[in-house]
Amino acid sequence: MPTFSRGGLMSDVSAGAVEQHAPPQSFVRKHVFSVDHKVIGKQYYALALVAVFVGMALSWLMRIHLVWPNAPIPGLQLLSKIGAPGGVMTPEYYLSLLTMHGTLMVFFVLTNAPFAAFGNYFLPIQIGAEDMAFPRFNMMSFWITFVAFCILVAAFFVPDGPPISGWTAYAPLSAVGSDAGPGEGLGQTLWGLSIFVFCIASLLGSLNFIATTLDLRTKGMTLARMPICTWAWFITSCIALLAFAVLLPACLLLILDRVAGTSFFIPAGLVVSDRLQPHSGGSPLLWQHLFWFFGHPEVYIAILPAMGIISHILINSMRRPLLSHRVIIYCMMGIGFLSYMVWGHHMFVSGMNPFSSLLFSFPTLMITIPATIMTLIWLGSLYGSRLRITAASLFALGFISMFVSGGVSGFFLAQPSIDIYLHATYFVVGHFHMVMGVAAIFGVFAGTYFWFPKMTGRMMSDSLGKLHFWLTFVGTYSIFMPFHYLGLAGNVRRYSAFVDDFLVPLIPVHRFITFAALLTGAAQLIFFYNLIHSRFRGEPAPPNPWECTSLEWTMPSPPPFDNFGGNHPVVYHDPYQYGVKSSTGDYLMQDSPEQAGA
Amino acid sequence: MMTTIPPPEIEPTESLLDGGKSGGGGLLHLGPVDVKRKAVDDPSPEPVRTGIWVGLAAITMSFAAFTSALVVRQSTANDWRHLTIPPIVFLNTGVLLVSSVTLEVARRRVARYVRSKDGKRAAPLLWLSATLLLGLIFVGGQYAGWLQLRAQGLYLATNPNSSFFYVLTAMHALHVLGGLIGLARVIYKLREPVLSLRRSTMDATSYYWHFMGILWLYLLLVVWMKL
Repeated sequence: MPTFSRGGLMSDVSAGAVEQHAPPQSFVRKHVFSVDHKVIGKQYYALALVAVFVGMALSWLMRIHLVWPNAPIPGLQLLSKIGAPGGVMTPEYYLSLLTMHGTLMVFFVLTNAPFAAFGNYFLPIQIGAEDMAFPRFNMMSFWITFVAFCILVAAFFVPDGPPISGWTAYAPLSAVGSDAGPGEGLGQTLWGLSIFVFCIASLLGSLNFIATTLDLRTKGMTLARMPICTWAWFITSCIALLAFAVLLPACLLLILDRVAGTSFFIPAGLVVSDRLQPHSGGSPLLWQHLFWFFGHPEVYIAILPAMGIISHILINSMRRPLLSHRVIIYCMMGIGFLSYMVWGHHMFVSGMNPFSSLLFSFPTLMITIPATIMTLIWLGSLYGSRLRITAASLFALGFISMFVSGGVSGFFLAQPSIDIYLHATYFVVGHFHMVMGVAAIFGVFAGTYFWFPKMTGRMMSDSLGKLHFWLTFVGTYSIFMPFHYLGLAGNVRRYSAFVDDFLVPLIPVHRFITFAALLTGAAQLIFFYNLIHSRFRGEPAPPNPWECTSLEWTMPSPPPFDNFGGNHPVVYHDPYQYGVKSSTGDYLMQDSPEQAGA
Repeated sequence: MMTTIPPPEIEPTESLLDGGKSGGGGLLHLGPVDVKRKAVDDPSPEPVRTGIWVGLAAITMSFAAFTSALVVRQSTANDWRHLTIPPIVFLNTGVLLVSSVTLEVARRRVARYVRSKDGKRAAPLLWLSATLLLGLIFVGGQYAGWLQLRAQGLYLATNPNSSFFYVLTAMHALHVLGGLIGLARVIYKLREPVLSLRRSTMDATSYYWHFMGILWLYLLLVVWMKL
């Protein structure tokens, strides 16, 4: 097998490659301001856990309000007296919660957990490095992300609450200031600042991932020998680097429109709340272009790492490689490349030239080709395999199911003529929650069950994990499948109550979804319990409980501070030597000099 | 995929010190190294070198976004008012270009200093300081340019042209300030009794600085043609 472009050149990781750092002694350097990629990975994971809990709680509040719009939710008035007088949320406050739900989930969960958390922890180990290329940058990128999170959450506590413009912050609503409604004052400015800061952190993180992958591979670790998840994190970091580099200027211009009186996104003669806005000539469509140029690749920033993680886990559980390792990598590259050409499909009804719609529709349909090839490779490889059923492999299978179910509706939405009807309905909400949200989260769950033993030195309960899987799997389908039917029936998204004649008959479906959401949310408590309980009371984990071949399983669980104890491994094999005869059983570790038997 | 690639030949670790074969060594590996300069000659791979290119790619993308915003904004505008570029900006351009030349001289002087056993660091320090000074003059000059624009009554929010002028030049100046911090770091490292300046750090700093010059020429062209 030919090697990749470095022509078989391996990076020699030597003493000088990474800035040397001795194991820290103090609590602060060890657990708070740590430069160790493993600690930083766990910090990202913890931040994502906090964010996902807040985001999920917000979705419960919204679901309850949708079904019982006039019922007071006890305690809600404590969060905002204006937004929820007597515990009954106003329509505007519903939008505030919706905005915060989307922003927290997309930025602080779907970007942080599969990419930053697992990538930070395992990318350096899987390529045989002792740390990231720039450990201090790495620490900075986490703490800057944390600051961004604090700024965003601060929006809950300003007088008129969080912004109401949605996670996409469409201008001019997001740009004109408090005239546009509650939350559009300081709350929206905090939103813009938070995302601006988040972009800086993500750029630093991506830079680190790319430099680490290219320069710190150990001897023998050619690009072709990197595990699929390492490839996924690497490709994701390339996508993130270019995507966040565009969102950053966009946020800057938005903030200037809000605080400095410029007119980048606000048109002339705009009257909001009976006030003529003192702006001229800006283009609201410009924000959409800049935002979605970032926003669509962001979908792949969330999903590609999950694809990598579940491929890694499936191969391990099937005990045989995928039909094609290389095609999977090419497909991920193809998706990454095409992701920059499709942003306009979010704007079919935004007043864009109809001919541009056609231009954006074509690459959008094209992107289904690599996605379909990947799915076929997974399914083809699974066919006839003796899959080891664990919580991790179940979630990996669940990922494929979600990815297919959510992806199929993408075929419809990619076509302008159909999208005109379905745009801004629950059909779209169902589509992206399944394909981007739940699928990526399933990747995170799979990764957690798989790597928890390595990260903590203790096993998670597999039975609880399987119970968690089935409840979550059935639950998420119960929530998001009916969304598609609601959308087909014309149910518009972002409405805080359904009072129109054509919407009233749909309320029973909404009630079912609300119950499903509450139950599925409750099922996550099993996961939290399993996570916390296993962390302290779980069975001690052996170094390689899953009989896996990649480098992270060559070291004790949890790994020591410098990963390989100063001895960099030498890699002799492709990442997935399963189904072979060797002294260890049916697999060969990547660093084993042994040759596989037939 | 099941094939096992024969293991690559592994060079003994000693070869890492003989220079040039792996990673970002190049120019400065010349045989046995004296301890004082070992840090400079260490030929192990230099993520800094990759990192700087990746960083420049991100910066390029950001300014591409600014440019496309400008083009879109202009196409929809009925409030486009051309502005006269403050004359001092052209002087600043000259200063920035000269600073690239002084930095290139400095880079060669650093290399020469490291090569020769009894080299003096005064010359490279002088050239580096000159670059730093020119950089500071550039940023000061840009500030003077903003003052000139303000004197004409053109503020950030006056019209889209002035908005873009301030945003583009300020973002560039901010990046130049980052470069100045990098230069100050190089000077600091060069002054240390035991030389800790790595060749890759010197190179990365200079790539960044030259890139700032190229980026500025591009921005000046955009400002001149569009604003």
